[in-house]
Amino acid sequence: MDLNFTREEEAFRERIVHFLQAKLPQRLSDKVRHGKRLTRADMAEWHAILNEQGWLANHWPEQYGGPGWNAVQKFIFENECALAGAPRIVPFGVNMLGPVLIKYGSEAQKRYWLPRILDGSDWWCQGYSEPGAGSDLAAVKTTAVRGTDANGSHYIVNGQKTWTTLGQHANMIFCLVRTATDARKQEGISFLLVDMKTPGVEVRPIITLDGEHEINEVFFTDVRVPAENLVGEENKGWTYAKYLLTYERTNIAGVGFSAAALERLRKVAAKVLRNGRPLADDPLFATRLARVEIDLENMKTTNLRVIAAVAGGGVPGAESSMLKIRGTEIRQEISSLLRRAMGPYAQPFIEDALHDGYDEPPVGPEEAASAAALYFNNRKLSIFGGSNEIQKNIISKMILGL
Amino acid sequence: MNFQHTEDRRMLADTLNRFVSEQYGFETRDKLARSDLGFSRELWGQFAELGIIGALFSEAEGGFGGDGFDIAVVFESLGRGLVVEPFLGALIVGQAVAHAGNDAQKALIANLIDGSVVAALAHDEPGSHYELSNVTTRAVRRANGWVLAGAKAVVQQAEEAGVLLVSARTSGADGAEDGISLFLVPRDAAGLTVRGYRKIDGGRAAEVVLDDVCVGDGALLGPQDAGFATLEHSIGFGVLALCAEALGAMDVAKDFTLEYLRTRKQFGVAIGSFQALQHRMADLLLEIEQARSAVINAAAALGTGRVTRERALSAAKYSIGRIGALVAEECIQLHGGIGMTWELPLAHYAKRLVMIDHQLGDEDHHLERYIALGRS
Repeated sequence: MDLNFTREEEAFRERIVHFLQAKLPQRLSDKVRHGKRLTRADMAEWHAILNEQGWLANHWPEQYGGPGWNAVQKFIFENECALAGAPRIVPFGVNMLGPVLIKYGSEAQKRYWLPRILDGSDWWCQGYSEPGAGSDLAAVKTTAVRGTDANGSHYIVNGQKTWTTLGQHANMIFCLVRTATDARKQEGISFLLVDMKTPGVEVRPIITLDGEHEINEVFFTDVRVPAENLVGEENKGWTYAKYLLTYERTNIAGVGFSAAALERLRKVAAKVLRNGRPLADDPLFATRLARVEIDLENMKTTNLRVIAAVAGGGVPGAESSMLKIRGTEIRQEISSLLRRAMGPYAQPFIEDALHDGYDEPPVGPEEAASAAALYFNNRKLSIFGGSNEIQKNIISKMILGL
Repeated sequence: MNFQHTEDRRMLADTLNRFVSEQYGFETRDKLARSDLGFSRELWGQFAELGIIGALFSEAEGGFGGDGFDIAVVFESLGRGLVVEPFLGALIVGQAVAHAGNDAQKALIANLIDGSVVAALAHDEPGSHYELSNVTTRAVRRANGWVLAGAKAVVQQAEEAGVLLVSARTSGADGAEDGISLFLVPRDAAGLTVRGYRKIDGGRAAEVVLDDVCVGDGALLGPQDAGFATLEHSIGFGVLALCAEALGAMDVAKDFTLEYLRTRKQFGVAIGSFQALQHRMADLLLEIEQARSAVINAAAALGTGRVTRERALSAAKYSIGRIGALVAEECIQLHGGIGMTWELPLAHYAKRLVMIDHQLGDEDHHLERYIALGRS
């Protein structure tokens, strides 16, 4: 039993830290640390930097351009990136579609799509949820009807996807579509790649409660998709979707994000005064802070235990549901404390201050500009990726056997 | 990074688990826990023969373990069986002697390891409420020794102990860390009286009154006035032990409850098919895994510097206090009426889990201490 990283792991960590010090633009880390909104160009810039180093697709096997890291190394990488204030890797192409293509895609699909994910030629978004298929994802109704015309075999897609994160930046979307209606609902689903510039695709923004344009609705009206854009077999899409949902979830707890946010919170708590003394010395606030700090320390060890268990190269099972639940609860609690710490200054909502080019003096403490918006935005954490209640269903079925 | 126990430690756990499951069934335990003695001398001797007490001490001290993970492994097994024998006293008193004792005093450790002497920590006082430095019992110097006067609260197994480790104030104000001295006091010393009683979770404890108890110079453990460091150090071992014991008890309580959810039928189906109960059980599982991590963190921190060590111990005891009570309450609730009965073993695990929070500092005490240590 040894909780310390080995010498090799420690050397790896130092290599990551040095890379981040040298290559992560301070302009980007400042924006991340201050909770400012990242542009498409910001995210693409960071992807390009990582890709040049060969670290962008760090979950992929080496033969497809991955660095060949094990679970511990991936954990260290994500942790250090978060602590350094690096933008998160936009997961849809690299972490979601990539592994599905590698496991289930045809040779031609792998050869064509994978390099385009790496070099940023394509920006992918995820077409899973629908208005009537949220937690009950297998209820997707968007249809794809196969046909053949002078231009070859194709599908005609009709329906609507929603909660499409960063869909406004994307040129490609991977979709779960219904190709059969007579079977069990899980058995009539296919996994289709759709070019968003095809006639009949329309993206409409959804503005979230914090005023941000992060998610979208995507409408499909008689959209023609070449049949070669089907991944794997027709009607087997649910298997691929589940693989995608459980793939590489060792970092789902977001320990690094929480550690970075906690560091920020501690600085604020030492600075903001209440009754003439720093918030950190206020017994009630200090208690809340200590609770979440201890929860995170415990969580970190739980996370490392899961990683150690899969270090042989496996994929974590339902344990990742525990990491997801507690990890998101901790992140939500930290952003809740940051909001509380702002006192009355949580109220002002100066949207311009969240974007580039704002040079007015801050209203209230510097962190106040984003604290409340971030808190509201983080309510999503316990809803997306399988709501925390769905995760409890998974634990109940897969671990407890109930 | 490695979360596997060593081969030796796995064998130790296997030996102890087997012994507990074979010799320490619920009926045996229930009888012992309600007995006049509060535990079994015979079983205590057998635990000693198996080397379980020796595993709590390092080779230099005459044992063959003493690492944080040795202690965690042993107490986790003891928790699985709700063992009532006086392991905690042996650990804390033995570690205090190892930390501060002279050669003559260290001879006691061998007697603890072979099970011939039962030891008890007599530190808490009627008004101290977990506060480590809150010592009002007095020790006054006299020719060739000391005179002790005061009262000690809820001393575990004091009636059967051969020796008590008594904290007493030799100087300083009542709440000061400086000025506390430690004494090894024979249980049969003149002027030492005990008022024994049963505990709600089984076994026995006692109120101890020291009415001008005279002890010799050799009774002083470590330097005069500077006993606090030894006290904190040895109680740290005890805190880890209780956390690990609770973890073992939680695992069993969880298994019992899971089994019940699978087999108990209402409305024609197993009650485990109800989502309201499934989610509560999933929460418990998650919390117990957090508790396991807390114990690992504390065991790993045992050999580190003071602030890191004590913070990890307080973080663990806080976590265990919170989660232990949650597991106890939820498991009773999920069992329904049967969970309220003495005949159901689960109920005794629940009682032990809650009472562990009342030993060596509860959830609130350790959270406050964790915060205070963070400022130092």
